[in-house]
Amino acid sequence: MATENMIKGYIERISGPLVVAKGMLGASMYDVVRVGDLELVGEIIELREDSASIQTYEETSGLMPGEPVVSTGAPLSVELGPGLIEQFYDGIQRPLQLIEDAAQSHFISRGISVPAIDRKKKWTFNPKVKKGDKVIGGDVLGTVQETVLVEHKIMVPYGFKGEVKEVKSGDFTVEDVVAVISDGDRKHEVTMLTRWPVRKSRPVARRLPPVTPLTTGQRVVDTFFPIAMGGTACVPGPFGSGKTVIQHQLAKWAQAEIVVYVGCGERGNEMTDVLIEFPELEDPKSGEPLMKRTVLIANTSNMPVAAREASIYTAITMAEYYRDMGYSVALMADSTSRWAEALREMSGRLEEMPGEEGYPAYLGTRLASFYERAGRAVCLGSDGREGSVSAIGAVSPPGGDLSEPVSQNTLRVTKVFWGLDAQLAYQRHFPAINWLLSYSLYTQKLDEYWDSQFDDEWTNLRVGAMTLLEEEDKLNEIVRLVGIDALSKGERMVMETAKSLREDFLHQNAFHEIDTYASMTKQFKMLKTIMRFHELGMDALKREASMNEIFGLPVRDKIARMRYLEEKDIENIDLLEEEIKEQIDNLMQVGVDTDVA
Amino acid sequence: MLPKEYRTITDLAGPLLVVKKTKKVRYDELVEIELSTGETRRGRVLEISSDQALVQVFEGTDGIDIDNTKIRFLGKVLMLPVARDMLGRIFNGRGEPMDGGAPVISEKRVDINGMPMNPYSRDFPSEFIQTGISTIDGMNPMVRGQKLPIFSGSGLPHNRMAAQVARQASVISGHEDFAVVFAAMGITFEEASFFMEDFRRTGAIQRTVMFVNLADDPAIERITTPRLALTAAEYLAFEHDMHVVVILTDLTNYCEALREISAARKEVPGRRGYPGYLYTDLATMYERAGRLKGKKGSITQIPILTMPEDDKTHPIPDLTGYITEGQIILSRALHRKGIYPPVDVMPSLSRLKDKGIGKGKTREDHADLMNQLFAAYARGKEAKELAVILGEGALTEDDKAFAGFADKFEDTYVRQGEYENRTVEETLEMGWNLLTMIPVRELKRVRDAYIEKYLKPRLEQEEEQTEPELVASS
Repeated sequence: MATENMIKGYIERISGPLVVAKGMLGASMYDVVRVGDLELVGEIIELREDSASIQTYEETSGLMPGEPVVSTGAPLSVELGPGLIEQFYDGIQRPLQLIEDAAQSHFISRGISVPAIDRKKKWTFNPKVKKGDKVIGGDVLGTVQETVLVEHKIMVPYGFKGEVKEVKSGDFTVEDVVAVISDGDRKHEVTMLTRWPVRKSRPVARRLPPVTPLTTGQRVVDTFFPIAMGGTACVPGPFGSGKTVIQHQLAKWAQAEIVVYVGCGERGNEMTDVLIEFPELEDPKSGEPLMKRTVLIANTSNMPVAAREASIYTAITMAEYYRDMGYSVALMADSTSRWAEALREMSGRLEEMPGEEGYPAYLGTRLASFYERAGRAVCLGSDGREGSVSAIGAVSPPGGDLSEPVSQNTLRVTKVFWGLDAQLAYQRHFPAINWLLSYSLYTQKLDEYWDSQFDDEWTNLRVGAMTLLEEEDKLNEIVRLVGIDALSKGERMVMETAKSLREDFLHQNAFHEIDTYASMTKQFKMLKTIMRFHELGMDALKREASMNEIFGLPVRDKIARMRYLEEKDIENIDLLEEEIKEQIDNLMQVGVDTDVA
Repeated sequence: MLPKEYRTITDLAGPLLVVKKTKKVRYDELVEIELSTGETRRGRVLEISSDQALVQVFEGTDGIDIDNTKIRFLGKVLMLPVARDMLGRIFNGRGEPMDGGAPVISEKRVDINGMPMNPYSRDFPSEFIQTGISTIDGMNPMVRGQKLPIFSGSGLPHNRMAAQVARQASVISGHEDFAVVFAAMGITFEEASFFMEDFRRTGAIQRTVMFVNLADDPAIERITTPRLALTAAEYLAFEHDMHVVVILTDLTNYCEALREISAARKEVPGRRGYPGYLYTDLATMYERAGRLKGKKGSITQIPILTMPEDDKTHPIPDLTGYITEGQIILSRALHRKGIYPPVDVMPSLSRLKDKGIGKGKTREDHADLMNQLFAAYARGKEAKELAVILGEGALTEDDKAFAGFADKFEDTYVRQGEYENRTVEETLEMGWNLLTMIPVRELKRVRDAYIEKYLKPRLEQEEEQTEPELVASS
């Protein structure tokens, strides 16, 4: 940027991704630098007198002491503007498709510099203000239809206010000036393209507590451990317990307007899977491809480790940007453990005093400040629009043992905990979220919300079902010790319903075309039916009905198949209640009390 | 220009040496070390500052002295000469032929560290590989481009199983160009010769490239051995359109070598003394499996590791499991029962299974059948545990059926001969035969249509003959 007083030093030491440069006096912490003749991208993470420690975002092999290091004078930033959606970026916002074109190879070579946002593409800018309007930072100057699903809002940059001197309309590239604002002394030309340093959170007018649900179509999540819009959640679990499938499911079906998915130090094939699948899947609300609201960021495990550290900041900055437009954004990070490991690796190379398990002492602070960037807020600007960023992070604890530092620090700051259980995964019970272990601190708030939607029946059903599942756990212990015959008929009924809850409700097949998503109404109806069966069954048992005959009622098959009913047919679930009653009546051959409470 | 020679070694420790007063040395550069005896060894620059370099010596530092040893920096990273003619050859951990044959005339030299595949350029693996082993094909199907490790323990027959997979792996669509790249890291001569013999006897050697680092070879070479193998594999797969299966054994030895270097460098250790970057380091190898858009070839990896104390939470299997696309776990209990291959299907998993099976790939009922077998086997094992505590009498009729199923499953489905190559149809048929032991109403994971089509005819047949026939072939 400032070419005349550009800071230029030289390489002193190289150790893996860490490069120490001399002659860097005047450079600032977290400035981006270009390292060596290949001009690799790096970031200053430590300054000592005139020597700077730099984490390089690309492989350093072949570098030599004495090669130049040049500071760009600016911190690591992302480019923001129309063209982000549907893109597939690496950890420092380089479009992977353009990297392929530039490298002419299927492999990522080094020193490639490609713009994050297409400079040539023209977007139709529709002004929302007119000349003479007074505007402040965050006000919407105009809109651009970025994709069918996303109307991109061009906002007055943060910190500006004044009068609109000029506003254009028509087709422009992101670098063209679309409006001019003046505060009397200076004029500011607004382009659609802006930059923001990734490690700094974007400001909001006022923060708000999360109160509305972010539905995900996953029954165990929405019903028992819901997340609110603007909330935070973590999914820890050993390998093979289905973390990634859950993250994918949430990215697919979460009712957010924008989804930012970051694959941080994970498998390359998984990202390819997302890339192939998302353009084909339809958003249940709009019927448009899911890709039309998604930004993907991939820094797979074999890509440079420092860029992995940056990737989640890149992601959350983009998420904040769309929040500022007033959207509800969901951010999925898979996996924050890999991010923490990148932190640990750099810390080790800097020879810092290690905290627990070699992780740096600041791990907790970094994690906390990351999750704190999520939230619901009133955005800047005079229209008082609200936006939210919900952050969902996967955690990969070594050996599935949650006592390790990354899990513990994450649990301290996130409000929802979906604990994955290897045992459930072995039984192929997916999602393998353990219902006795997990929690959501939003449950109470959201119960109020759902009660207002579902005739005040919601809380009772949910609590009733959870109680049954807990009772089942206790009863199971007895069964293990003395056998099932020791249980009373009522207890057998509890076991049977809990089994039905597990198999017919909690279990959800992510790969089944219908079962993969369940609307809240469907979830409510399903839960209600299972609980009605329990109630009526208990009642019949009291009247000396045969236990085995109740368990063997043909309607139970239909209960088991509720999940495969298409959303348009879910009214049929209501009919099951009658059927249950009828069949139990027949069983008793005496009238059962038809009074439904 | 001849490279400059240094005689300025100051420190020697473990596999590392420090050279002072260096000029213009590059990071990661290849180093030649000439001992006073005239012997030359090779190494690589691990760290450099303006006037000194830390060098890791591949063959170890014994015999190196501080006074008379000469060091030359070669100005290039470690390269492997590659050629199609590598097929059928055996190399050591430095990439030199060790089968007595002439050096390979290289078509090109390639950096052994490779470059990360662009995730955008990957093609999703979805082509089923038939290994002829039921526990893999039926329960944990593998696809081309997958990395599926075998988690084993000392004394378990993982080598025999890996050899069987290499021998039998073929694809439904018929014969295509197929190669095996085999990397041995720190295994014993006996184990290595088992593979060589097996490949020779079956003729598989003709399409195999072997890189062998034995237990008494320098431990440091174990770091390069798998990378040489993967470089050869990438060359064969993406420049010669071959479907390559890479077998890496034993990753545990590799990680030990990595730990040795890390300790010598006095790095801050992570869990159990392994370096903090173990995950990243393993990933740079495992992630070299895959397929690329527009390329015919593929790299499928089968790394083998022996879990210390059979502990799955040990850092090596743990980190591996987080990178690879599933795992095949061998069980000591099954092995004791004399069952080969002793695959414990419950904790085993193939993450890409759903992409490789189904109509047009294997058979329409494959997924449902697989899920049902898993569920039934789990239930059967549970019932058997219950029976141990409470006695057979405490089991319900259903539980008894499941317990019987679990036994039969292990005895016929899991168990198979080392040279028995089952087709996927045979495996699927076997699964349905087993399901006849269970009451139909308990089969919740299979669609009714499949029950009609595949199970009903069996049940009817069974009614005719009182004795159920469970195994199609043996």
